[in-house]
Amino acid sequence: MNHLLLLLPLLMPLYGAIFSLFFWRNVELQKVFALQSQVATLVSCILLFMAVEDKGILTTQVGNWPAPYGISLVADMFSCIILLAGSVTGFAVFMFSLQGLDFPRQAYGYYPLMLFLQLGVSGACLAGDLFNMFVWFEVLLICCFVLITLGGSRPQLEGSIKYVTINFLASSFLLAGIGIMYGLVGTLNLAEMALLVRILEGHESLITMAGMFFLVALGVKAAVFPLFFWLPASYHTPPIAISAFLAGLVTKVGVYALVRLFTLIFVLDTELTQLLLSVIAGLTMFIGVVGAAAQTDFRKILSFHIVSQIGYMIMGLAFFTPYAIAGLIFFMVHNILVKTNLFLISGVVARHYNSFALKDLGGVYLKQPFLALLFAISAFSLAGIPPLSGFWGKYMLAKAGLELKAYALVGVSLLVSLLTLFSMTKIWNEVFWKKKPDETEVALLSPITNRMLHMPVVMLVLFILFISLYAEPLVHLAYRAAIQLLDSDIYIRAVLYQ
Amino acid sequence: MVGILFGAGLYLILHRHFFKLILGLMFFSLATNLFIFVVGQLTRGGTAIIEEGSEEAVEPFSDPVPQSLLLTAIVIGFGILAFAIVLIRRVYQVLHTNDMDNLNETDKIEQPIYPHE
Repeated sequence: MNHLLLLLPLLMPLYGAIFSLFFWRNVELQKVFALQSQVATLVSCILLFMAVEDKGILTTQVGNWPAPYGISLVADMFSCIILLAGSVTGFAVFMFSLQGLDFPRQAYGYYPLMLFLQLGVSGACLAGDLFNMFVWFEVLLICCFVLITLGGSRPQLEGSIKYVTINFLASSFLLAGIGIMYGLVGTLNLAEMALLVRILEGHESLITMAGMFFLVALGVKAAVFPLFFWLPASYHTPPIAISAFLAGLVTKVGVYALVRLFTLIFVLDTELTQLLLSVIAGLTMFIGVVGAAAQTDFRKILSFHIVSQIGYMIMGLAFFTPYAIAGLIFFMVHNILVKTNLFLISGVVARHYNSFALKDLGGVYLKQPFLALLFAISAFSLAGIPPLSGFWGKYMLAKAGLELKAYALVGVSLLVSLLTLFSMTKIWNEVFWKKKPDETEVALLSPITNRMLHMPVVMLVLFILFISLYAEPLVHLAYRAAIQLLDSDIYIRAVLYQ
Repeated sequence: MVGILFGAGLYLILHRHFFKLILGLMFFSLATNLFIFVVGQLTRGGTAIIEEGSEEAVEPFSDPVPQSLLLTAIVIGFGILAFAIVLIRRVYQVLHTNDMDNLNETDKIEQPIYPHE
């Protein structure tokens, strides 16, 4: 039963995607399949989560070869939490795309691609093998490439060239890193690698060097400081139903892999990696938020904020205490939900007013106070106003930092929070508060369309409120996940000696 | 050899011309593949297939794992490269340009207005 549970988050999107491909011409049927597999993925993630919470780390060997030889799938608390957040996002984005995406794009394979993308995300989260993780990353990336170019409008093509080139380079780096690790320890299984890295003598510096390969490769995918420029150049180009999912989830998978590898394998020279990660974290946060301040497009502001929020996650990894890692996990979940939701809201606004540019928008508060309320909750949550979810994540990270006396980094993070609030206020003023410039016309949408557009946003806001107000048990959960991450013996034992 | 390929690939990617970008990507993936071959301890010798009746493979045998990694990596690289070529052809059709520097419209703060969808 456990084996099946581990495979379900992979199988469900795969089945949905294959069936949708069979019915290429029939979009309505594709929607039905996509809905079914979204619900099934969500349910299977919940089941997996409950099983992992109950029994600890679950593993299965694909093809039934024993651990270091076969390909392992491993689910611990951290991967389950990310999977769960991912499937919630997937569901919300699917609901939005029913009305929020134009028909030609829907008919050109949006649904199967989205499901393949989710397959890649699930795979990357469950992989217990370095090369397997790389392959899942490629699955995910190819889907992203196609989704970003889907429709082939001019800005999309511009964005995608940059996206494809830089991610191709990052994949090559990842592959080179994997090659080095294999050459050093002679295995690809994460658990065995973690074991051998600790036993073998005399390789420390080489392993740290391999770690730097991974840091660069995954840093590109997660969009950390010197490597983030592709993100604001490409994420705002595709339609919202696509960019919301990419923004919410795909960069976080990069962070997930960074956390996994830098808690499990590259822990020998922690002084160097922690110093490096702290510097990266501080700069990522700061540059991201300053970049956002200059922008005048709803989506581009949000894109720069993704970068800035990634900095917080790297900060948690840099502190490397259980409490900081717990904060990181909580913050990741919060960020996946909030970011997707803000993108979806910008999509709803754009659907009504046909623009993302701040100067063309205005007066939304008068027309749609409910939407304004939904935006306010998400935006304040992003900025970290108590008692919303962003506050708890940042509080945990800051507290962990203060315990380590890392005052500079904590100071930067608090300053960045303030600047985030500034950006959000800017959007609020321009889009919701300011008087509407006269020349823009408002698209009239039927009430059903309108409701369908609002539904996923409301759903995500409810989730955000849930993790905000029900924070304590969730913080405990994140703490347990963090303990599991930092105590690699549990992981090694679960995979190799089950 | 690997170093030269890496260098050449990166140099070509930094060029503004689309065709050079493709060539650069190609060199870069080739370099990575060769690199794995080298660090995976390349050996000349028999296969790692164990003879019937014996317990261990006869030394020297080549390690099958890097080979299988490479095979997968080559296939993936090939797929991405094919996609990149099609993408660049499409970009050329839509934008009528061959120069990377003309691709900065989306980065400008004051956006040109595109009709939404």
